[in-house]
Amino acid sequence: MSEVQTVDNMITIKIDGTEFKVKEGEFILNAARANDVFIPAICYLTRCSPTLACRICLVEADGKQVYACNAKVKEGMDVTTDTPNILEERRAIMEVYDVNHPLQCGVCDKSGECELQNYTLELAVDSQSYMIPDTKRETVNWSSVLHYDPGLCIVCERCTTVCKDMIGDSAITTVKRGGAELDKGYKATMPKDAYSMWNKLQKSVIAPSNGTEFTNCSDCGECIAVCPVGALVSRDFVYTSNAWDLKRIPAVAAHSSDGAQIYYEVKPTSIENRADKIFRITNEWSYVSLDGSARFAYDFENANVSKDEAAFSAALEAFKKAETLRFNSMITNEEAMMLQTLKEKTGLKLYNPEVRAFQKFLAHYEAASGNSLWTTDTDAMMKKSDFVISIGAALRNDSPALKHAFNNVQKLNKGAGLYFHPVGDTLIPGFGKNVEIFNHKVGLEEAALYLVLDLFADKDKLPSDVKEYIESFKKSETKTIKEKEVKTVKEMVLNEETGEEEEVSKKVTEMVEKEITVMTNGLVDLLGGDASKFDDVFAKMMKKKESFSMMLGEDLYFHDKAENIAKLVALVEATCDITVVMTPPKSNALGVALICDLDDDASGYTVGYNENGDFKLSALGIGDLDMPAMNQQEGTLTNIGKRVLPTNAALEYAGYELNDLMKALVGAPEETIDWTAMLPVDRGFKAVEFDSLPNAFTNQGVDNRGYTLETNNVEADLPEVEKFDESLVLEGEIAYRCNPARQFNDFTDKSHEIFETFALYASVEKAETLGDKVEVVFENGSITLDVVADEKILGDIVKVPDFRAAEDVYGLFGESRYQIVTLRKV
Amino acid sequence: MSLEQFKNRNVGTQNYKTLDVGTKPEKGMAQFVQVVQRTFKGELFVGLGVTMKAMLKALFANDMATIQYPFEKLPISPRYRAIHEMLILLESGNYRCIGCGLCEKICISNCISMDTRYDEAQRKEVSEYTINFGRCIFCGYCAEVCPELAIVHGPRYENASEQRAGFSLFEDMLTPIDKLNLQQEYDGFGAVSPNADENIKQTPLAY
Repeated sequence: MSEVQTVDNMITIKIDGTEFKVKEGEFILNAARANDVFIPAICYLTRCSPTLACRICLVEADGKQVYACNAKVKEGMDVTTDTPNILEERRAIMEVYDVNHPLQCGVCDKSGECELQNYTLELAVDSQSYMIPDTKRETVNWSSVLHYDPGLCIVCERCTTVCKDMIGDSAITTVKRGGAELDKGYKATMPKDAYSMWNKLQKSVIAPSNGTEFTNCSDCGECIAVCPVGALVSRDFVYTSNAWDLKRIPAVAAHSSDGAQIYYEVKPTSIENRADKIFRITNEWSYVSLDGSARFAYDFENANVSKDEAAFSAALEAFKKAETLRFNSMITNEEAMMLQTLKEKTGLKLYNPEVRAFQKFLAHYEAASGNSLWTTDTDAMMKKSDFVISIGAALRNDSPALKHAFNNVQKLNKGAGLYFHPVGDTLIPGFGKNVEIFNHKVGLEEAALYLVLDLFADKDKLPSDVKEYIESFKKSETKTIKEKEVKTVKEMVLNEETGEEEEVSKKVTEMVEKEITVMTNGLVDLLGGDASKFDDVFAKMMKKKESFSMMLGEDLYFHDKAENIAKLVALVEATCDITVVMTPPKSNALGVALICDLDDDASGYTVGYNENGDFKLSALGIGDLDMPAMNQQEGTLTNIGKRVLPTNAALEYAGYELNDLMKALVGAPEETIDWTAMLPVDRGFKAVEFDSLPNAFTNQGVDNRGYTLETNNVEADLPEVEKFDESLVLEGEIAYRCNPARQFNDFTDKSHEIFETFALYASVEKAETLGDKVEVVFENGSITLDVVADEKILGDIVKVPDFRAAEDVYGLFGESRYQIVTLRKV
Repeated sequence: MSLEQFKNRNVGTQNYKTLDVGTKPEKGMAQFVQVVQRTFKGELFVGLGVTMKAMLKALFANDMATIQYPFEKLPISPRYRAIHEMLILLESGNYRCIGCGLCEKICISNCISMDTRYDEAQRKEVSEYTINFGRCIFCGYCAEVCPELAIVHGPRYENASEQRAGFSLFEDMLTPIDKLNLQQEYDGFGAVSPNADENIKQTPLAY
């Protein structure tokens, strides 16, 4: 967490007579929680806006009743959490929640971890004073993963809030229930807040916001996680296990580079099979939000493996023969360290096209800026930033954490945003009113960075040639515009009563032609924006903005001009007040980039680790020697937040590991995790034993998992940047290497709750012209794919996924993420 | 959460402790002396005397202290806790068990296990249920915690078996459907108390 709690932003308040130091501008509820003071609250979600649905967090602040979730602390405030009136309100609210709530705790999936159960017991509700006829509400399935039982729903709106404020899909909303009217007599006899809460509750229920029976969302399942009762459950999990039977294994989501905190929840598979099985994934939803891959791609383990000695000795032979080892980013830091050691001792080439481009980009960035890594992270962004810029990232697909941060900044920090990407996405405009979208042509990423320089740079700091170059895009035009003008005209009118002429003044609107000079920014036009309007729009966006951040995506690493882009980014950081975050492409790409010296090409006999090769080590169970999958091994992963995070093994694995191969080949310590303390200190890692790494969030919501990489920042001269070349813009039929949301690799593909197929994704209009199946012809090969229409894509660019290693899509695309292709109907 | 449990990687090794049972005489003579001392203690004849008295009573006074087990059996208290029975609903023939898992949770010898699923009628169905009678200590907690009076202790106490682990499945314990008329409402351990109604506060209902 970057925000330091300095003395001047801390104030003192009193809660129930005890004094506490709290952060200024914090809600009372959050301040209390940070200091371990309990105030009951059902509907409030940390990191989201208060909904005021439950009203149970009622407290008295300086003699006035307020809701702790939306009242901010003030210096010297005196908060009382339990006056007799508040206790009466709370008791009544809980009684109301229990009215007509089905008495099916015995079978309910939430029983044992249900907040309705907990608060009913906490507030000792042992009798009921209210009643109303119940409404029939049917159980529905909203999507392939969401199961909603409205009978159990208490309409706290946590699901709709998290979907809107955090996830950004806004896929569900409250609709009318059609229930009976409250007995008017209650208004006089009931506590006030309880009555109005009930009045609202009785009228509403949750439903998909698109008006149909099904949600059209990213199926992340965050609504399931935040549901306090058993109303929202994953379809796969319904009635399969009680909460208390599951053992929680703290881990890290393995697929995207978010490195989100998760718990694998395991228990024996069935009565016949006592081997553990992962039943679901849960998270600390107050502090971390998961995407669909993190929540639903969990059953990718390499099952029923035993030690196959023949395969093991074959693997040793293969390693002795091998010139190259090809792998991807689905690998722990420890394993990456092993491979690097192997390279140092035997001269084996390490080939990883997924990470190599990113590694080069980081090196260029470090050389240009003097920073060894980017300067902010998603957590800090959500806490502070009010203006975000995204360049070169397909937010919905590449990096869920960045998508959440971009959206959260708009919703909670009254933020604004600029989104630069060649592929249109229907989701982005929904993030906020102040989001400007530039669907520019492929290859103009540098122009986007120049525009950022133009808009945000301290012009005194910019090198003069850059300044001139930027100015060269500006044109002043004289335009003739028609404008309404109000004129006062005096007329002589005959007054009929008196017969005299009187002078009357009248107001008349006239259209007047005017000549004005307009400064237009050619960069805006070039990037597909409307230069004539942009100035006004931008001025509005910039109102009251203080903290700026920029997100950079994979497009920039896989770019012909990656070096110049890295320099431009460094220039942006040096001259503008903007912090930067970069998405590592997939899983542990950052760890691999820091630990391994990767080679540019593969040659000779190749051993593939979860990749194609002459000899295959595979955690998918399809190779020559089995390896443990990410949910079967312990180790550390490095994420977008620059943290080294420990993950634990959820399932048993009885076969050989990479460490066993290392022992036989070059010698290695006993356990894989003994490598943790040996990670390279000069790249920012710390010499810390695995077992001493913490793995939790604090009550303030501070991420305290593992440790943060040491970064060094050296003063560097302003980099010399090149101009961009408009002639490099791609025209024609363009394919974009991009996975559907929730798919990242073979392991997500193997998981049974991930349904997105390996196919060509196109906008609805484009898909119509393409038919059912196409052959995508690249310069150096082709691939035949089914066509899937994705309602969220806009424009003509088609997306070719890369999550199946066997298809070698990286080989087809080469060093760029966009390629001109021919699409042939099959 | 505590991470201690994840730090022990010696899976399968357990800590055995040996009990202090004294030393056995080693030499042959010492062993012989121990046997003779134990054999000719006077207590032997006390025991024989008791047996003789009981035999004479049975033979001449027709006063038997035993019954002809296994041909005869003593009546058993309804509170006796023997092999479990799963009761079914008299009206519909469905089983009473709702799969809440409380018996599984409360079981102190950890011998109950169940599989549940979401069935076609959108209800929780118990697809399999098992008790390991090799581990069960017949404490009766399962019957006491059951909210549906579905699992109860029956009177079948003969559970000698050839194996240490003896599993009973759901069907073994359920009342057979053709013997439904013989199913008796259980009033033993964990049953609702006779004055239960008096202890309940009425909830207002709108219909």
